Amino acid sequence: MALNVGCAAAPGQSRDNKTGSWRVFMPKFDPSACSKCGMCQLVCPEGCIRETEEKEFVPDYDYCKGCGLCAEECPKKAITMEQEEK
Amino acid sequence: MALEIMEGSIAVAQAVRRCRPQVISAYPITPQTHIVEALAEIVANGELAADYITVESEFSALSACEGAVAAGSRAYSATTSQGLALMFEVCFNMAGLRLPLVMTIANRALGAPLSIWNDQQDSISLRDSGWLQFYAEDNQEAVDLHYIGYRVAEDHRVLLPAMVCFDGFILSHTYEPVDMLSQEQVDAFLPPFVPKFMLDAKAPVSMGMYATPDYYLEFRYETDQAQKRAIDVIREVGCEFGEQFGRDYSALIESYRMEDAETAIVALGSICGTTKDAIDEMREEGRKVGLVRIRCFRPFPAEDLKAALAGVERVAVLDKNVVLGAGGSTARGAMALEVKDALYGESIPVLDYIIGLGGRDVRLEDIKKVVALCEQGEGDRFYGLRTEVL
Amino acid sequence: MAIGKTCELFECGHRACGGCGAALAGRLLLKAAGEETIVVSSTGCMEVFSTPYPETAWRVPWIHSLFENASAVASGIESALKQQGRKEKVVVVAGDGATLDIGVLCISGAFERGHDITYICYDNEAYMNTGIQRSGATPYDASTTTSPAGKVSMGNRRPKKDMPRILAAHGSPYVATASIAYPADFMQKVEKAMNTEGPTYVQVHAPCCTGWGFDGSQTLAIGKLAIETGLWVNYEMVDGEVTKAKKVVKKPVEEYLKEQKRFRHLFKPTLQVEEIAKIQAIADRNFERFGTEIKLPPKKDAVVE
Ligand SMILES: Cc1ncc(C[n+]2csc(CCOP(=O)(O)OP(=O)(O)O)c2C)c(N)n1
Ligand code: SF4
Ligand code: SF4
Ligand code: SF4
Ligand SMILES: [Mg+2]
Repeated sequence: MALNVGCAAAPGQSRDNKTGSWRVFMPKFDPSACSKCGMCQLVCPEGCIRETEEKEFVPDYDYCKGCGLCAEECPKKAITMEQEEK
Repeated sequence: MALEIMEGSIAVAQAVRRCRPQVISAYPITPQTHIVEALAEIVANGELAADYITVESEFSALSACEGAVAAGSRAYSATTSQGLALMFEVCFNMAGLRLPLVMTIANRALGAPLSIWNDQQDSISLRDSGWLQFYAEDNQEAVDLHYIGYRVAEDHRVLLPAMVCFDGFILSHTYEPVDMLSQEQVDAFLPPFVPKFMLDAKAPVSMGMYATPDYYLEFRYETDQAQKRAIDVIREVGCEFGEQFGRDYSALIESYRMEDAETAIVALGSICGTTKDAIDEMREEGRKVGLVRIRCFRPFPAEDLKAALAGVERVAVLDKNVVLGAGGSTARGAMALEVKDALYGESIPVLDYIIGLGGRDVRLEDIKKVVALCEQGEGDRFYGLRTEVL
Repeated sequence: MAIGKTCELFECGHRACGGCGAALAGRLLLKAAGEETIVVSSTGCMEVFSTPYPETAWRVPWIHSLFENASAVASGIESALKQQGRKEKVVVVAGDGATLDIGVLCISGAFERGHDITYICYDNEAYMNTGIQRSGATPYDASTTTSPAGKVSMGNRRPKKDMPRILAAHGSPYVATASIAYPADFMQKVEKAMNTEGPTYVQVHAPCCTGWGFDGSQTLAIGKLAIETGLWVNYEMVDGEVTKAKKVVKKPVEEYLKEQKRFRHLFKPTLQVEEIAKIQAIADRNFERFGTEIKLPPKKDAVVE
C-alpha cells in the first residue's frame, strides 16, 4: 500500500481491526425476552449492534469487545454475558 | 515595468493581496506589524475578499491557517522572532500534514535578552521543521518570492509550507523601488490553490492521524523527499517567473563576481547588498573576492553550492545566527555547518563569522575585515565583539 | 444513510477500552451531528484510539493537529468554509485536559471572536491517554497518578474548574452539560448546539472505566450515579442564563464514590468522614445552585401500634 501524503487516510478503515478478539465474555441475546427498545444498540461504545430485517438486535462479534454494557442496560435482561470458549 | 517606491512591509502586503489568500491570520509583532496592519486595511477596504482572523496569539494564527488550508483555502500569515518561537509546534505539524502556506518572516533576534532588531536566529532555528525557507536580499525579491513561494508550496510534488524571510527593519521598514506586478500578471502566474486532499463532507478523509513505529520513519522520509523534489520545482517555477516578468529565480543560489575568486563569502539576506559593494571595492584593489548568496536555505542547495565554490581557496561564511554550543571551543552558525557539510571531502577551509546579531550594524569595512581575517586563516568566532564590555 | 453494516459514522474497530464512555460519546455525537460535519480532535484518548494510521474510525472529515489548538484550527476551517460558501458544520471534539487546561488560550480566542463552531468536551476527568494524570476537571479528592492519595494526601486538592461558566462569560449563546448516561439528552444538546449560531459548548461527562477504576459494564450506571448524587449536573445555559437543569432524587455522595477505585482511599483503610463531608458539600452546593433536588413527600412509616 502506498503511503498517503501527510498521514491522511480514507474514512472508516478501523474496520480492518477486528476487536472481537479482545473479548473474554460474550453477550448472548435472547430474542424471546427482547422488547426491541433499542437501548443496547444505543449504548454500545463500539456501535456493533445492528437491527436485522426480522427486527432482531444482534451484535457483530467481529467487533464486540464483550464489555457488558448492553447486558447491564437492557431493561428486559434479555442479554447475558457468558464466558467465551475459544 | 513601473517602479514604485514603497516600504518593504507595504510592498509585501500588496504582493500578498495579489496572491488572493482567502484566510489571513496573524498577530502583531515588531518588525512584522506594518504588514499585517496593511493587510487589515486592504481587507477592510474590500480590496481583497479574505477573512482576516484576529487571533489572540501567533500560536492560534498559524493553527487557524492550518485549519483553513486543510479545508481547501489559500491562507497567509506573517510573524517574526518570539511569535515564530510560539508557533514552533504548529510549524512542525503543518509540514508533517503537508499543508502549503506562505508565511512572511521579518527576521528578528530571539530573546533573551529581548531584542527587536534584526538577525536570522528566528527562522534559522526552524530549519528542521520541514518548511521551505527563502531569504530575500532586497524588497523586490521579498515581493517576488511570495508569488513563487505559493507556486512551489502548493505544487503537488512538494506540498510544504514556506517561509519568505526578509530582514526586519533593514528591509521591512526601508523604502525601495519595487516593481509591483499587476493583479492580472499575478493571476496568470499563480492559479487558485488546488489541494491534493482536504476536509470535505463529500469525500471525507482523516488528516493528522498518528503513526506507529511501522510508519513514522517512512512519513519522515517522504517529507524529506518533498524537500528534495522542491529543488527542481523551484528551478522550474523560478525560470517561468523569469520568462514572464524578466526576473529569473531559477537558481537557488546567486554567484556574484565568483569568476577566478580566491576568497568566497557565503551569506544570506540583506547583508549580501553590503557585501556586494565591499566586493566591488576589493575587486578594484585587485583582490579576488566573490560572493555566493543563498536564496533558498531549505531545501539547501548543497550540490549547487559545491559547484559554485569549486576552485576557491577559502570560504568565509557570514552567519546572522549562532548555534549555541556547536563547534567545540570555536563558534558556529547554522549556515557554516551546512557549507562545511556541502564541501566535505574538499580541502577548502571554511571559516565562520557570527555577525550582526541583534541589530548590530554590518558595514562595508566589516566585510573587508572579515575577508582579511579569512585570508589569515582566522575565523569560527563572533565578529566585532566589543571586548571593552566583556 | 447506509454506511457499513452497522450504519455508523463512527466506525467499529477503534481501540478504546471496552465500555469506554468517551467512545460512546464519540459515537453518539456523530449520530447527532450527521454527515455534513467536519470534526477537529485534540490529542488524547479519543484521537489515539480512533486513528492509528491508516485505521481511522471516522467517516466524516476529520483532522487532528495538536493537543491544545483544536479550537484555533476549527476557527480557520470555519473561516475557509465561509469564504468558499460551504455549509458543513465544524465540531471540535476534545478531552477535558485539552479543554480546561492546555487549550484555554485558543478556546478563549475562538469564543471571543464568535466563530460558528460547536465545541464538545468529553470529560473523563483526567489526562487518560498519558496514564491518568490530574486535569482541571479532576474532582476533589480523586486519586490520579499526579495527585495520588498517600499517607499525607487525600488525592486531588481542587474541585473541578467551572468551564461552562467561563465560556458562557465569553458570550456563548448556548452552553450545556450532558452525560453519556443519558444518550438522547446528549444528542439533543449536540444538535441544539450545532443549530445555534456562534460558538457553542457541550461538556459531556464520559466515565472512564480504566482511569476511574470500575468495570466497563458500569459506565452508564456510574454516569447516572454522578447525577443522582449531585456531583454532576446536566444543565443548559442560553445566553449565560441557566434555563434547564435535570432534577433528581438526591442520593448521598458515598454511593457514587464507593464504586470507584480513584476514591477508595476515602473508605479504606479508614473511613474519611470529614473528606466525604466536603464532597457532600460540593454536591449540596450544586443542588442549591441549580435547584435540582426533587423533594419526595415524607414516607408514611408503617404504623406501629
Ligand atoms: C503540548 C503537549 N503536551 C503534552 C502532551 C501529552 N499529552 C497527550 S494527550 C494528553 C492528555 C489528554 O488529556 P485529555 O485532553 O483529558 O484527553 P483524554 O486522554 O483524557 O481523553 C497529554 C498530557 C502533548 N501531546 N502535547
Ligand atoms: S458487550 Fe459491549 S461491545 Fe459487545 S455488544 Fe455489548 S455493549 Fe457492544
Ligand atoms: S436492550 Fe434488551 S430489550 Fe432492548 S432491544 Fe436490546 S436486547 Fe432488546
Ligand atoms: S482510558 Fe478511559 S477514556 Fe481512554 S480509552 Fe480507556 S476507558 Fe476510554
Ligand atoms: Mg481526559
